[in-house]
Amino acid sequence: MAALTDLTIAQLTSALAKKEASAVEVADAHLAKLDEHRTLNAFITETPDKAREMARASDARLAKGEAGLLEGVPLAIKDLFCTEGVQTTAASKILEGFVPQYESTVTANLWRSGAVMVGKTNLDEFAMGSSNMTSHFGGVENPWKRRGDNRKLVPGGSSGGSAAAVAAYMVPGSTGTDTGGSIRQPAAFCGIVGLKPTYGRCSRWGVVAFASSLDQPGPFARTVEDTALLLRVMSGHDPKDSTSAPLPVPDFTAAARNPDIRGMKVGIPKEYRVDGTSEEIVTLWSKGMEMLKAAGAEPVEVSLPHTKYALPAYYIVAPAECSSNLARYDGVRFGLRVPGKDLTELYENTRGAGFGKETRRRILIGTYVLSAGYYDAYYKKAQQIRALIARDFKQAFETCDVLLTPTAPTAAFAAGDKMDDPVTMYLNDMFTIPASMAGLPGISVPVSLDKDGLPLGLQLIGRSFDEETLLRAAAALEKAAAFGGRAAGY
Amino acid sequence: MSLDKETVARIARLARLKVPEEELAPLAGELSGIFAWIEQLNEVDTNNVEPMSSVSDVTLPMRADKVTDGGIAARVLANAPGGAVYIDPADKNAGGFFSVPKVVE
Repeated sequence: MAALTDLTIAQLTSALAKKEASAVEVADAHLAKLDEHRTLNAFITETPDKAREMARASDARLAKGEAGLLEGVPLAIKDLFCTEGVQTTAASKILEGFVPQYESTVTANLWRSGAVMVGKTNLDEFAMGSSNMTSHFGGVENPWKRRGDNRKLVPGGSSGGSAAAVAAYMVPGSTGTDTGGSIRQPAAFCGIVGLKPTYGRCSRWGVVAFASSLDQPGPFARTVEDTALLLRVMSGHDPKDSTSAPLPVPDFTAAARNPDIRGMKVGIPKEYRVDGTSEEIVTLWSKGMEMLKAAGAEPVEVSLPHTKYALPAYYIVAPAECSSNLARYDGVRFGLRVPGKDLTELYENTRGAGFGKETRRRILIGTYVLSAGYYDAYYKKAQQIRALIARDFKQAFETCDVLLTPTAPTAAFAAGDKMDDPVTMYLNDMFTIPASMAGLPGISVPVSLDKDGLPLGLQLIGRSFDEETLLRAAAALEKAAAFGGRAAGY
Repeated sequence: MSLDKETVARIARLARLKVPEEELAPLAGELSGIFAWIEQLNEVDTNNVEPMSSVSDVTLPMRADKVTDGGIAARVLANAPGGAVYIDPADKNAGGFFSVPKVVE
């Protein structure tokens, strides 16, 4: 049998069911990988004791024939999900040492299905970033490097630690959250699969809030099938999140196991052909369409006329919501406190010292666009543009079933690049943000390596609450691409 | 749209965010750059477009207005900066307080 850490989630659950390995052995093998690759800085908190305790409980359930869907599967959790009794930081100094007294709904769903937590992964502070460079706990290193070039590359962001941990075979799957591309872009940079579900599919309860109308938890894994299995367990209506959809959870795994896309109409949005996209990615995009066509799909050219406005509109909506959500960090009830001569100074000192540069910048943008006299010019305008973007997608889906686009305009870049000008960094998310603004599900699938040996991914976007069609198309793309890439040394 | 130092200082004050004097000018430059880029939204005619505040079609659900938990004061206060003050240290769930600097003279 292959090394336990090389197995996919589907293979692991099968090996555990057949008693070819125990959950404790599986946990130990993955914990050894965490030790081996600690220099990647993928984790903020490792939880080996908890992992072994959960694995022992899994072995007991396996022995009794009471295994859950993810029994004994080691997972890494983005440090934005509150985990009872385990420090949850959102990669911010302001939450360092915060120990939640409750468990997020999504992680509770995972544990109820038998999954085993190995630790909490690093991210951009409060999930604001596309490089993982804004973490208070330092950047994450991408396991991939350019051929013949030893420079460290970013894993993407904001869920960079979760993506790097899966790409480095420290875990077979992990959780992320996606507000404007924070699952899909790191998945593309790290050569793995990452899925942002439809807004409302997974509960946001217990997830540290960034922009509440956009935030959505989702899974990372190395295969489409594993991603589907994680999604199935993570999803479901939660009365504690009023935006969580009261819909039944389909068998996503069955959809992912059925790559039959004959007759499926795949839309190619012409507005996604933009300057600044690498030539290789443009070529990859056509190649991806050829693959789907060969599998029986029919390409359809579609138009999403407001695409270019999604990014600037997002940079009003997301900071506005962030400035409201982050008002709770005041040094009074939890987190950092920096004293001051009165209460106002305590707030200002705490927030000034506790938030990093990018978080402060977004709070200021948000406060400005919501301030008296500017609300209509900025926030209302952005919400109107959001309505137009959603309408574009709705019209496009009248003539196609899924959309195929690049995930990111480039492959992973070097740590420290694109840091001089915030807008340059924001442009990384130009292909992922439109679907976020419309609340639609999207998945990034690794397709090939570029000339430097770095992974490149393509994004599929689906109709609202139609992750099944999305997963079928993703499975077909995965099968045709036969990516199989693995970072050297991992 | 260009923001000056004074505007940045004003919004920092509104956001209760201490920004050191020397960072105001560079921040004003960065924020002006971002807002100049955002200006392109004015190219779009949004007359008669209903603003979209949520992508969800679901009407917010109603629930009975009744208490569903309680008696967890110790957990509520567990992360209090500098520690909480309990009414009865022997029974932390009996209630307690977060502490703040004196606000009433």
